[in-house]
Amino acid sequence: MKRRTFIGMLTGAGASLLAGSATAGGTHHFTGYPDSYGVLFDSTKCIGCRKCEAACNAVNELPKPQLPFDDLSVLENRRRTHHDTYTVVNKYEYDGKPVFRKIQCNHCQEPACASACFVGAFKKEPTGAVSYDASRCVGCRYCMIACPFEIPTYEYHDPITPRVRKCTFCQPRILEGKLPGCVESCPKGALVFGRRDELLRIARERIRKHPERYVNHIYGEQEMGGTNWLYISGVPFEAIGMREDLGITPAPQLTTGALSVVPAVVGLWPLFLTGAYAITKRKEQIAAEEREQTVHRAVAEAEAEAAKKLAAALEKAERDKQAAIDREVKKALKEAEEARKKAEAASEGEE
Amino acid sequence: MAHVGAPSTKFWTPANILTAIILVVGIVLTVKRFTMGIGSVSNLSDDNPWGIWIGFDLLCGVALAAGGYTTTAAVYLFGMKKFHSAVRPAITTAFLGYAFVVFALLYDLGRYYRLPYPLTIYPGPTSFLFEVGLCVALYLTVLAIEFSPFLWEVIGWAKIRHLVHKLTLALTIFGVILSTLHQSSLGGLYLIAPSKLHPLWYSIYLPLFFFISSIPAGLSMVILEGSLSHKYLAHKMDDEHHHGFSHVVLGFSKAASVVLFAYFCMKWIGVAMDNNWSHLSTGWGWWFLVEVLGFVLLPCLLYAMAAREKNERLAFWASVMTVAGIILNRLNVSIIAFNWRLPAEARYFPSVEEFLITVFIVTLEITILRICLNKLPILYQHPQFRDAH
Repeated sequence: MKRRTFIGMLTGAGASLLAGSATAGGTHHFTGYPDSYGVLFDSTKCIGCRKCEAACNAVNELPKPQLPFDDLSVLENRRRTHHDTYTVVNKYEYDGKPVFRKIQCNHCQEPACASACFVGAFKKEPTGAVSYDASRCVGCRYCMIACPFEIPTYEYHDPITPRVRKCTFCQPRILEGKLPGCVESCPKGALVFGRRDELLRIARERIRKHPERYVNHIYGEQEMGGTNWLYISGVPFEAIGMREDLGITPAPQLTTGALSVVPAVVGLWPLFLTGAYAITKRKEQIAAEEREQTVHRAVAEAEAEAAKKLAAALEKAERDKQAAIDREVKKALKEAEEARKKAEAASEGEE
Repeated sequence: MAHVGAPSTKFWTPANILTAIILVVGIVLTVKRFTMGIGSVSNLSDDNPWGIWIGFDLLCGVALAAGGYTTTAAVYLFGMKKFHSAVRPAITTAFLGYAFVVFALLYDLGRYYRLPYPLTIYPGPTSFLFEVGLCVALYLTVLAIEFSPFLWEVIGWAKIRHLVHKLTLALTIFGVILSTLHQSSLGGLYLIAPSKLHPLWYSIYLPLFFFISSIPAGLSMVILEGSLSHKYLAHKMDDEHHHGFSHVVLGFSKAASVVLFAYFCMKWIGVAMDNNWSHLSTGWGWWFLVEVLGFVLLPCLLYAMAAREKNERLAFWASVMTVAGIILNRLNVSIIAFNWRLPAEARYFPSVEEFLITVFIVTLEITILRICLNKLPILYQHPQFRDAH
């Protein structure tokens, strides 16, 4: 095999590996399902009639509210979605004129709720809808923490089978070829249903044709990586309660970096900790060995000392003994000499 | 002070009467929660899906149970044998701490009976909560095994006790890995919500902050609980515990001081990283300074003084402040500085019943801890297994 062929094969293998893990890769940019649907909301056309709220209520078979939908006094209060209202219209004042804005799930292209859910109960569907599967839900409500648009709600008063509730984008109706309930009921054409690409084109066209009527921004084109619901407005979005500081980073990317540290911790901690343990053990072992050696040396020295002393003592004893013997011998000789002299003297005397 | 807490023959002491009242109230509220729903006892709402059951019971519960992994790592991995007497109390409080974190979670989960779902049939690994769940479940198992010998010793099952003892090193390393991961993941939970958490508390370093601060939290809990058991359970302690405790207090003070200082510096790196200096002059900035200067730097200095002057009383007060600081930090991230943009009327404050359920769970935990310390060989060595470590 030629070197170049081999390198080529390696590169090919690398590329296929990369392609396989595209969703996990930091460089990959998901632009949504190609033919997914969306809705364009035009706040310059909305008159705050609440027909969309009524339709949503009927389509989703939600409990009837205390005040009927044609009572517009509720618009005086700032409202949000709840477990029995998947969409609400709020009224804002701008330059003394009322501006209305509809709230419901924006059906993010890369949803924060789906990324946050630890049982995968949320799913981005090819239709564009972000669906919720109550049969998986554990009820941790992390989706509600994660959602930057504060959309998911919860059935707090159900003790056994509470569910997260939010706009479904009327996914079953879309699959049947029908319009979402709210879009169908809008009398002013403030809601346009269509393919997201097409809606972006329409929105740009409206802004281009009437620059005096619109703020030059399509909310949802980029926000949090893009949403399937899009908004155009005649007043700054901040003035109708839509946050302009969310940025364009898709929510899942906020956590991928930190999550990628997990394998590193799992891989490196055991190495480091067993290393620390080994160092500790080794230190203890060396300390023990040194202690032992010291003891050995001390013992050996003591033994040598003792042996020397013993030898000296023995020698001394030997010397003493010899001296004693010598002394005794001398004494004996002397005595013998004396005895001999005595005997001689005696024999001389006898003679 | 050796016999201040000599065993009382009377059962209905004021403390026990109070405990009994709290337990009865707690049982009533538990029945209410599980028959009428979360909404019937709490102020949790669509704007504020997580309250003190997560902010205190879970976040603080896990951080304050960090004494288990810090102590076992110090003694078994880093060879600090003179802290040996702290191991058993630390494992006991960590085990009970985690067990009660899981217990408290059942109140907060809408469908608590599906708790095993993420770990069995529907894993969602893109979620930080998945990591928290997985690591807490595994670590609770590790702690249960580490705790089990205290029971085996009482029953007298020597063989299984020695088997567990042989696993010490593996369990300790596994415990440190799992603790690193889930302590940090609890901070990681909030990474997905930069638009809701105040910039002074939101940082890409949140996982690191949570992990690092769990170390002094764990060390401080060992000092705090040790000091309290010395006062009230002295009669249960053997000589090793009596004499070893000074070493533990002063050694842990030194360690806590060093780590708190590192944490203090990191908090400022977090501010600098996102260029959040301008927020410091706001009301939130003052609140941030209260946390970082008053409950991180101050206990750090107090610990340093305590270690230097061998002042165990000062160490005790430093541990109280550190624990308070950890609780303050976790509540800031999860509740106080979370949803800071919401208008005042939409902000969360726990209901009385919600609060009482938390008090009930903490009381239950302390009661069981007291029973364990009284009945199991935790503050003393079992005569049959002396020096068998």
